[in-house]
Amino acid sequence: MLIFKNLEQGIRVIASRAYSYTTKEMTVLEALNSALHEEMSADPKVFLMGEEVGEYRGAYKVRLLKKYGPERVLDTPITEKGVIGWRRSCPRLNEVEEILNKYMLQAIDHIINSAAKSNYMSAGQISKYFANTIIFRGPNGAAAGVGAQHSHWYAAWCGSCPGLKVLAPYSSEDARGLLKAAIRDPDPVVFLENELLYGESFTVSAEALDSSFCLPIGQAKIKREGKDVTITAFSKMVGYALQAAEILVKEGINAEVINLRSIRPLDRSNINASVRRTSRLVTIEEGFPQHGVGAEICASILEESFEHLDAPVERIAVADVPMPYAANLERMAVPQIDDIVRDVRRACYRSSLLAAAA
Amino acid sequence: MAHLTRRTADLLKPFSVALSSMRLLTTTSTTPITVETSLPFTGHKIDPPSRSVETTPQELMTFFRDMALMRRMEIAADSLYKAKLIRGFCHLYDGQEAVAVGMEAAITKKDCIITAYRDHCIFLGRGGTLLECFSELMGRKDGCSKGKGGSMHFYKKDSGFYGGHGIVGAQIPLGCGLAFAQKYSKDENVTFALYGDGAANQGQLFEALNMAALWDLPAILVCENNHYGMGTAEWRAAKSPAYYKRGDYVPGLKVDGMDVFAVKQACKFSKEHALKNGPIILEMDTYRYHGHSMSDPGSTYRTRDEISGVRQERDPIERIRKLVLSHDLATEKELKDIEKEVRKNVDEAIAQAKESPMPEPSELFTNVYVKGYGVESFGADRKELRAVLP
Repeated sequence: MLIFKNLEQGIRVIASRAYSYTTKEMTVLEALNSALHEEMSADPKVFLMGEEVGEYRGAYKVRLLKKYGPERVLDTPITEKGVIGWRRSCPRLNEVEEILNKYMLQAIDHIINSAAKSNYMSAGQISKYFANTIIFRGPNGAAAGVGAQHSHWYAAWCGSCPGLKVLAPYSSEDARGLLKAAIRDPDPVVFLENELLYGESFTVSAEALDSSFCLPIGQAKIKREGKDVTITAFSKMVGYALQAAEILVKEGINAEVINLRSIRPLDRSNINASVRRTSRLVTIEEGFPQHGVGAEICASILEESFEHLDAPVERIAVADVPMPYAANLERMAVPQIDDIVRDVRRACYRSSLLAAAA
Repeated sequence: MAHLTRRTADLLKPFSVALSSMRLLTTTSTTPITVETSLPFTGHKIDPPSRSVETTPQELMTFFRDMALMRRMEIAADSLYKAKLIRGFCHLYDGQEAVAVGMEAAITKKDCIITAYRDHCIFLGRGGTLLECFSELMGRKDGCSKGKGGSMHFYKKDSGFYGGHGIVGAQIPLGCGLAFAQKYSKDENVTFALYGDGAANQGQLFEALNMAALWDLPAILVCENNHYGMGTAEWRAAKSPAYYKRGDYVPGLKVDGMDVFAVKQACKFSKEHALKNGPIILEMDTYRYHGHSMSDPGSTYRTRDEISGVRQERDPIERIRKLVLSHDLATEKELKDIEKEVRKNVDEAIAQAKESPMPEPSELFTNVYVKGYGVESFGADRKELRAVLP
């Protein structure tokens, strides 16, 4: 449940204009669908193209063909590189490209070399005369038991590339707000959804249900305030972090959970501000550890907030191996709530105390 | 329908004796019989092979048994998936058995096969066991990839089966690489790189094909055209769905992929061609009864009438059954007994696979490198779980 912990935010909502909706329960998939519908209604230049978006009713069931017709909702062949490369250079149209993001590697050349770098190489021409607005969205990362080639998280690889914006929503509100922001944003956006979150239901506020709702790109959100340790997470791991925080509060550890929302631009100032209050950092991600998102966050803290740290920074990531299929090995490879709890205890120097007490 | 030539000597014996002795003789007989394929081959820049295929009663019965086994295995996998014993993705091959079986009949285990994720039956054809299949599907240590690969990553290198690949189209350049290695070693073997109509539009296919043709590699690209790339029909995905012609300068052959004899003939023909003249494309006109994967009901983009129509008119196992019956190689009952036996084998293998333990936790860190030089690898909590890669 989303409860406004931030009083200022709460007052702002109450004081704002009356909306025709009250809060509503919505799955992430419904949220994405509603965002796409609204943006496609509002702007006729927005169209959707991708694998199984139309007649299959979306490989992951985001349905739009019926309402917008085959000119604006196009099923493409299973040829990611060609599709993305081709679409990159179509002028003055605003595209939402749905690919099964796990197949992003097929198209990574165009995402990086065509989409991300064109604005710079052309000294701004490609953003003025061509709409550089393209959103690569789709499911990403480990689902359950999909094996080595289908469990890759691309947050770190895309996040290291200047010229790209990389977003990773967690809740339905994130999904709505960030997708709408991405569609309206003039730069290429990689929108990393998570298959396992599609069916999860969240309460969406009245403000978020409005069609003009948009979340700012580049700003993280403090999902849970705390004073003992800062936990940064994105996508599915936010849920895990929140659950871990509930376990930890019973041990007297009050964790602050930050939902990054935006991998690039990374909200370094908010994360640093949080660590300056708590003095401890634990980063969680579902990607590989080496050169990962957590590594960048740790580096930022060490550079900007070194004197504030009371403990070494801690990182949790997927195991440093290709993702195994067997259920027991997969469970060991993917971060679990236990891993987060243990890591936070270690950051708070509680693990040896607990072992002694046991 | 096929025609069988009868041995005239048998006609001299009394009818019933002749019948029973013929059956006794013929079910294990290796006497050559000639069978006609159901449809002629269509060639692109090549003269197609003859429709007459040599076979034996023994081979016919083997075809029946092998295809029945594959069919039963895939149906059992469907149930296991619904029982949540198989996780993740599961792409089933039922309907397409003739391609796997016909291909095996034309080649040796020294030839290589590489395919995409619809690989369970190809693995079985290459000599994999049911236990290895089901164990791998359920993520147990007796699986062909020790439970670490899953449905899409079956391998059997000692029999020339190189997987089992999840990314659409990626196996084609890999297959051409295998062919390159074969040519380099001068070992007179070929590689069959299988792909679907969805992958047929991938650029990497044409890049790999260009090089294979340039260097006369013994590569045979086999398009298993089941007419649907995931949920997109071929006519919605390809400007030219005549996949056997898409090689342009590379010759191609269109084959009725539901006729095991047509597949066998085409593969035999292509192997000879590839060893002398370089790559060739085979388009197998086939059909899958299940959806793209277990999460696809398979009926949102095609009608149930279409599926049942193909099952009635073109099913590969029914074809062989009719052939066997009409030429008295076995009775209906004997064929049903074979199917019962196959079912029993599958059930036993599943029971055995369920007993197979999960992989050891230490397997998480094995096979990352061939030579790890003692580098460290980490679990999710890097200070809690770490290992040295030998």
